[in-house]
Amino acid sequence: MVAIPVQPATPPALASARRLFVRRAAWRWEEIAFWVLAAASYFLFSDHLVLITQAMITGLFVVSLDLMFGYAGIPSFGHAAFFGIGAYTAGILARDGWGDPLMGLVAAALIAGVAGAICSQLVARLHGIAVLMVTLGIGLICYEIANKWNSLTGGDDGLQGMQVQPVLGIFAFDIDGKVGFIYSFIVIFLLYLLARRLVNSPFGLALEGIRENIRRVPAIGIGVRVQLAMAFTISAAMAGVAGALLAETTQFIALEVLGFDRSISVQIALVLGGIGSLIGGMIGAIVYTVARDQLSLINPAYWDFWVGLILCIIVMSGTGGVVGILRRSVGWVVARVRR
Amino acid sequence: MADFINILGAGIAYGVLLFLMAGGLSVTMGLMGFANLAHGSLSMLGGYIVVMLMNWYGWPFFAALVMAALGAAVAGLIVERTVFRRLYWGNELDQVLLTIGVVTMTVAAATFIWGAVPPAVHVPAFLEGRVHLGFFDIGSYRLFLIVFGGLLTLGLVLGIDKTSFGAKIRAAVDNRRMTVSCGINIDRLFMLAFAIGSALAGLGGGLAIYLVGLDPSFPVKYLVYLLVVVVVGGLGSIRGTLAASLALGICDVLGKYYIPYLGAFIIYGVTVAILMVRPNGLFGRGR
Amino acid sequence: MTGEIVLETEALNRSFGALRVTQDVSFQLPRGARYALIGPNGAGKSTFINLLTGVLAPSSGRIRLHGRDVTRAPVEERVRRGLSRTFQINTLFPRLSPLEATVLAIARRHGLVTNPFKRLSGCTAEIDEAYALLGQFDFGADVGRPTRELPYGRQRLLEIVLALAAQPSVLLLDEPAAGVPQHESAEIFHALAALPEDIAVLFIEHDMDVVFRFAQRITVLVAGQILCEGTPEEIADHPQVREVYLGNGDDV
Repeated sequence: MVAIPVQPATPPALASARRLFVRRAAWRWEEIAFWVLAAASYFLFSDHLVLITQAMITGLFVVSLDLMFGYAGIPSFGHAAFFGIGAYTAGILARDGWGDPLMGLVAAALIAGVAGAICSQLVARLHGIAVLMVTLGIGLICYEIANKWNSLTGGDDGLQGMQVQPVLGIFAFDIDGKVGFIYSFIVIFLLYLLARRLVNSPFGLALEGIRENIRRVPAIGIGVRVQLAMAFTISAAMAGVAGALLAETTQFIALEVLGFDRSISVQIALVLGGIGSLIGGMIGAIVYTVARDQLSLINPAYWDFWVGLILCIIVMSGTGGVVGILRRSVGWVVARVRR
Repeated sequence: MADFINILGAGIAYGVLLFLMAGGLSVTMGLMGFANLAHGSLSMLGGYIVVMLMNWYGWPFFAALVMAALGAAVAGLIVERTVFRRLYWGNELDQVLLTIGVVTMTVAAATFIWGAVPPAVHVPAFLEGRVHLGFFDIGSYRLFLIVFGGLLTLGLVLGIDKTSFGAKIRAAVDNRRMTVSCGINIDRLFMLAFAIGSALAGLGGGLAIYLVGLDPSFPVKYLVYLLVVVVVGGLGSIRGTLAASLALGICDVLGKYYIPYLGAFIIYGVTVAILMVRPNGLFGRGR
Repeated sequence: MTGEIVLETEALNRSFGALRVTQDVSFQLPRGARYALIGPNGAGKSTFINLLTGVLAPSSGRIRLHGRDVTRAPVEERVRRGLSRTFQINTLFPRLSPLEATVLAIARRHGLVTNPFKRLSGCTAEIDEAYALLGQFDFGADVGRPTRELPYGRQRLLEIVLALAAQPSVLLLDEPAAGVPQHESAEIFHALAALPEDIAVLFIEHDMDVVFRFAQRITVLVAGQILCEGTPEEIADHPQVREVYLGNGDDV
């Protein structure tokens, strides 16, 4: 290897170059606002804690998809498979006598992670529609397995009879969902921090390279297979934890957690919130879950139509979802104030 | 044995339906590079047109089928001219998300307009019942589908192979830039191809509902199978779509009859396996 | 021209069905070389580069990098062993900035891309090196802008920067000046002239200006086979080359 003689750069400009990376990783105001609001909702919306918990769990799921889709550029129509695998892992353990919730999370992460690693090898050499089809196929296969393997999963009727132990042996899950909320919030927040760190690391930058131009990546010496295997594993494990959280906080698993509809709706929530910003995933999930809950009381068909329309508009206009709109409006306001 | 042929016949008929519905999608995806997940909505529209014309206005079956094809062609063209063409050869994910949005809207609209209850579907009396052929018998409608669909398929394959229009399509699928520089009006080519593909989808839908029923979730129910057929067959390849449709139709029906436990599982597994070995489908070309 | 052979091929063949795009090509590149590969359109030049880098697998034959057989090695492994390339059509990361792209390439060299826990802002060594490398090519304030916003000539330079960030010993340049408007091509030539002497460079070029300016030795490829090799003077006088490539008589 030949070293290229590199002249030392002048200090001031270099500092600004370093700052670019600091700014890249800085907390945005919408992130801070979101998490403060989320924490405060324990007090503000104490009647709706169960719904908010489910929305946050969906948020974690969407964030895991964002890692693959928004950052690595790999679409997945079967991501619900990992969510479901995590849910059923925790559920089956809890039903069969190992009800410690934290252990359930770890087991879910491990098994879903392994599934993700396997999946990554299946899609490694594909791109475009073929990736969609293979991930779709995998999701459908997992659904069929869960459906037919009655003795293990309860099939169509769902998984019942879960006995979830108190968290850390002390905090038992209550009907109002208070413990469930706090438990989920902490887990989700920690994983969100992990996702942030990952995205602002050389590993995350390599994923973005894969998204931006997959041909160039090996040409700078990076193995795409290895990077994707890691990314898929982490993303799947995260989705698995989300599934496990849902199972533990509701103590029931419906077969739909693995379904095609869920894979699609999580994609929609991601686009709604804004792809490639992590917090967009959380925001999109909240908006989607809450809106669906409220609007489908009026008329389910109504809700679907407007979601479809909004999705079309977002895609055609390229606004980048809620986060994109927020950032653009803030930018606009700031620009006017500066003048 | 007679049983087996009967079921085989059902499988072939199903395959023919899938081909009619998916043929246009294969051409659209191969020709315009546009992943139209809302293609099934055109089939659904065709189905509802047939139901409406026959049940509410007393139209005869075949006339209603013609209208189904026309209606779907018009609807498809409108959406294509206004919305779809902006995303041709663009980011596939955008196309997928957009068309998911469109499907969601059409399903909601169909529920709103026609309700969620499957309507009654009638066909002319001579198509009901069974026909005896030698040592086995087969449902008349299924036989009709095979014959009619077979003729249509033959027409399509010949059209693609022998006409200059077909040649232009094949050229454009193979190498779009080159085709444009040969002075071929590619915009009009796309329009015509999309219209024909939509008409076929509508026709396929109209024909299918007697066998498989009709409700607003039709586009979603068949989305997976349509995609499988198109992607496994190879984008832009009529022959590929035909082969994949027949294979899928036969496997699906045989599977459900003889090994119901494994059913759809096998189909998805085979699809994944084929795509891993040949990412461009059996007959497809890389882009 | 003497010296250690850093890259060589031995009877390299590549066929697509009945079409033989690369026929029996045996080629050697010594350390510090400035070689050019020319030939008419369709001669198989880009295919050859793709074979060398590992994008395509040969039908038969061998490729050796620093004496080591890399015929079956994947693209990224050859890069790690010192072989870098640029692409004829800009193959960059549109929404990443030159700084991010260069830091990525350098971070790979330091084994950091499989580390999801290291902060990018803490990669000061890599950022420093990237910034300095880009500074050598006069990127200035452009380092922070998304690549797709940069003028074509700058992007072309970034192609070279990314290849150099790997600290290669062999550099394959695929038409480095292709498509660059007149007023920006001076920068490219400047960059080519400033390449470290130790690096072995092979470039494909159509622009005979560039070829005769930089090349010590020229290989002429026609229909997948090597027609002839020699110094620029020898090639310019070679009757067959004139016929096949440079044109008959009048314009040379």
